[in-house]
Amino acid sequence: MKQLLAILVDGSVYASWLFIISAGLTLIYGVMRILNMSHGSFYALGAYSGASMVGWYFSTGSVPWLSFVVLIGAALAAGVTVGLLVERGLLRFMYGRDEVVMILVTYAVLLIMEDAIKLIWGVEPYFAYQPYTMLGRTKFMGLTFANYDFMLIGVSILIGLALWYGLNRTRNGKLLRVIIHDREIAGALGINVSKIFTITFVIGAGIGALAGALTAPGLSVVPGMGIEVIVLAFAVVVIGGLGSISGALVGALIVGMARATAVHLYPEVELFVIYAVMGLVLAFRPQGLFAVANARKI
Amino acid sequence: MKHSLLTAATVACAMTTGGLSLNAYAADEYKLGLVTFLSGAASGPFGIPAKNAADLVIDAINDGTLPAPIKGNGIDGRMITPVYLDEAGGATKQTAEFRNLVERDGVDAVVGYISSGDCLAIPSVAEELKTLTVLFDCGTPRVFEEADYKYVFRTTATASMDNIAAARYVHENLSDLQTIAGINQNYSWGHDSWRDFTETLKVLRGGDIEITTEQFPKLFAGQYGAEISALQVNSADVIHTSFWGGDTDAFVLQAAARGLLADNEVIFTAGETALNSLGEHLPDGAIIGARGPFGPFAPESELNTWFQNEFTERFGTPPTFPAYHMAQALIGLKLAHDQAGVGASTDEVISSFEGLEFYGPGGKVEMSRGKGHQAATEMVYGRLTRVDGEITFTDITRYPADCVNPPDGTETLKWIQSGMPGAECN
Repeated sequence: MKQLLAILVDGSVYASWLFIISAGLTLIYGVMRILNMSHGSFYALGAYSGASMVGWYFSTGSVPWLSFVVLIGAALAAGVTVGLLVERGLLRFMYGRDEVVMILVTYAVLLIMEDAIKLIWGVEPYFAYQPYTMLGRTKFMGLTFANYDFMLIGVSILIGLALWYGLNRTRNGKLLRVIIHDREIAGALGINVSKIFTITFVIGAGIGALAGALTAPGLSVVPGMGIEVIVLAFAVVVIGGLGSISGALVGALIVGMARATAVHLYPEVELFVIYAVMGLVLAFRPQGLFAVANARKI
Repeated sequence: MKHSLLTAATVACAMTTGGLSLNAYAADEYKLGLVTFLSGAASGPFGIPAKNAADLVIDAINDGTLPAPIKGNGIDGRMITPVYLDEAGGATKQTAEFRNLVERDGVDAVVGYISSGDCLAIPSVAEELKTLTVLFDCGTPRVFEEADYKYVFRTTATASMDNIAAARYVHENLSDLQTIAGINQNYSWGHDSWRDFTETLKVLRGGDIEITTEQFPKLFAGQYGAEISALQVNSADVIHTSFWGGDTDAFVLQAAARGLLADNEVIFTAGETALNSLGEHLPDGAIIGARGPFGPFAPESELNTWFQNEFTERFGTPPTFPAYHMAQALIGLKLAHDQAGVGASTDEVISSFEGLEFYGPGGKVEMSRGKGHQAATEMVYGRLTRVDGEITFTDITRYPADCVNPPDGTETLKWIQSGMPGAECN
């Protein structure tokens, strides 16, 4: 029973983290058909911005609780600003190119951003642990959990709900779904596709940066951290189906639960299980669980 | 005709004098390849402190300001010119870069490598290119257990020493020890560390030890929530971890927040790098190692005082064990040259390096394993405690080199499993 509880909680926490990381990635692919390799760099950018601002904030001796606002605010500001620069300054000139070309372009952005981060923040680790420890812990059935991790579950639910509402209940969301279904027809109907692309990329980059900021308090922020998570994020969105928000949610839950189960019952296969699940899903549904297979336009 | 002859003569003269001055310059410098992580997750806690130590020690060697008995300026009478190279990118890239260092940059020697994978890949290329190479930080015992090398040396003891000493420490200090658990990185470093620790404990306790759980998360995973729960569910008398760098930081932060470190005995075989940044999260009683007698465990000496003071003043933080490892490698290389004499051939330097005994800032280094190419040092563990808020150590145990390093020519695992014959621990 204790072990089952641990698996459920650990799986949920890990799934929440994965969903926050992969939501922006799958949103950008769904709308823009860009497999954004630089997503990991936005994650790192958010972590560095959040950690450095939180470090500065605590050095001023201000109210500790407001550090959450500083953490999230700094990351969103950095993610949105750099996202806008990348989309307006580079990506918009590349629209219409082959998806493989876009992968190479965003990979170049990733490399540039990784070096830019090192130029700005150096290679020394940054810490922003105060928000992680501030919330305390909860003891339950002989297990102790950090309350910050429960907050992470709440934030991922909020992000999921916000994306669902935005896509299904707002005018811009409906316009965006038209573009997802058929970009050419959307353009012919008078929808400003370019503007929607900019908004989408900025939101995706912002969510990526937010994911980094929310992760930063639990670890040391170091160079290369963005590259480590991008592979996991790809596994999640591929399982759920590229471009599907609900697919990312289910993919994150599957990966999170599978990993937690492996860690507790078969720790020797922990590394293998994520990619085994991905391989299994792709063997039966190559387009992923939630993506709809499209007829190819000739 | 006359004019063109004059031009040709001028060009020839310029080329000759240019060549001469180039040769004269080349003779004045000792080009040293230095390979360490300058990017990626290992750069902050390992690569950069090592590079800082290299900058500090090379300046001191060139200026002749290292404390006595180290004498003279430079190496082989020549000033050291460092050629830095980023270790990031994996073993295949590093072997190509090693060739570039030797064949394009023309280095006289190479000091480098933190990753065990790189340390296993580089020696065969070093042998092929006949280049004196000093491995400064990596821990895998396989380098000299699986092959003999002429041009390759390692001035740091193997990781086996850390884990054999760790097993001895918990065996001697935890009277009710019955169960152990482990969390180690999922690659050769983590697996070898856990294997040496558990096998040594089995020998010391006559097989009377139970493993409750053994966790091997991916290197640089960063998220250890499930592993921490598994360690709570499968509670043990002591938890062993050989995590290093950012993984240690993340584990300490997450485990401390969940009370794991306060509720359990934990031994960090390479935990010293976390002391400066996250010491406040480590509870009193945590058992800490520094991969040798380094940092807070370094014996008092003029050289150590100089190293600690100069490093802290120049870089704003005390040196951790990767910095000590680098200093040790550079001092070893200089002393091997000094002993061989100015103008000595590479073979003569190798002869003087083999079996060399010298003192680095972490104390005595004996090049007594791997047919004189592999170092053995003492190993130290202690319990963290606080005096007036300052971190210090209690229950410090120093294990002599011959207590925790297998004799020359013996495979570590076979030595442990045969009961560690010849171990001298007094």
